[in-house]
Amino acid sequence: MNSSVMVLLPAFNEEKNLDSVLSGIRYHLPGTRIVVVNDGSKDRTREILEGHPDITALHHPFNLGIGGAIETGFRYFLQTSSRFLLRIDADGQHPPAEAKSLLGPLISGQADTVIGSRFLKKEGYQSSLTRRGGIKILNILSAFILGQAITDNTSGFKAYTRTAVESLIEDFPHDYPEPIEVYILSRKGMRIVEVPVRMEERREGLSSISYIETYYYLIKVLLTILVKHMIGGKK
Amino acid sequence: MNPYPVSVIQILSVIGSFLLILVLFILIRKKRLKEEYAILWIIFAVFFLLLSLFRGSIDFISGIMGIHYQPAALFLILFSALFLLMLHLSIVISELKTKINKLVSSLALLEEKISRIRDPDKTSHTEDQN
Repeated sequence: MNSSVMVLLPAFNEEKNLDSVLSGIRYHLPGTRIVVVNDGSKDRTREILEGHPDITALHHPFNLGIGGAIETGFRYFLQTSSRFLLRIDADGQHPPAEAKSLLGPLISGQADTVIGSRFLKKEGYQSSLTRRGGIKILNILSAFILGQAITDNTSGFKAYTRTAVESLIEDFPHDYPEPIEVYILSRKGMRIVEVPVRMEERREGLSSISYIETYYYLIKVLLTILVKHMIGGKK
Repeated sequence: MNPYPVSVIQILSVIGSFLLILVLFILIRKKRLKEEYAILWIIFAVFFLLLSLFRGSIDFISGIMGIHYQPAALFLILFSALFLLMLHLSIVISELKTKINKLVSSLALLEEKISRIRDPDKTSHTEDQN
């Protein structure tokens, strides 16, 4: 089973977390194809990756942002013969031990995309109050627009089938990949399933979104979804 | 008698419009501004030159637009021009951003492919398809 799974890790300045995250993936998901997209890191991320010859490293010459890194990973995935793509953040927030539960619904053919939600069982790291407020607003909006209640729209702990990746790559949402992805997939008729996962607080370094930016991010995401929804977009 | 005697402000605006056109041409000649992106600027610069040369034109335009205070019409035209230029720039930036993303992504994929050709022992995931 594992050889048909590609694990994608977008990484930006993750020298402190990368080794342990990679060991965790090797231990919990043996035989999977691990691909790290180094999104223009300024630290030793590149050197660390060179020390792992069993891992495919894709290096961006400069930082594009999370959306750019995911798009590169998606394009690589479509060049391989892998059937499923599992996305895990390189900052240690997504325990590889939880990954199997994400793959289950894909393998059994019940879903095209599986989102690991930290709010379904309310275990593990639950994010700050500010962010949870923001996520709640997003959830209400997505339930209203999509007609499907998603509890963790901003989760990056996700698994996709090839069909789901193909449907996203056409018009990839670079700026806010997580919530917009859910929107695009749902509009294209992809089956989205959420499974409960435990998340950890990131081990080292800084998150890509600071607390001050949380609500600015939320407003921009809401506007993007509304604009996409009103214009209709490509089905 | 000429209802629009030449005034200092008219001379200044004619000179200003000429200077703008001149700067645009110098930038294009030095290849610091691509013709494609200079078109809107040139159109507006020529338009402002015409407005400066024929002062009655402002009265005419404000009359059509139903604006009684002529300088307000001038500001409206100016703001509209700036608005269009900014919108144009936003479109250009968006297009460039999409292209840069694609380019960087392709570069990363190609670099990986080259490193695999150079070192055939390296792990390859794509060989089964390529």
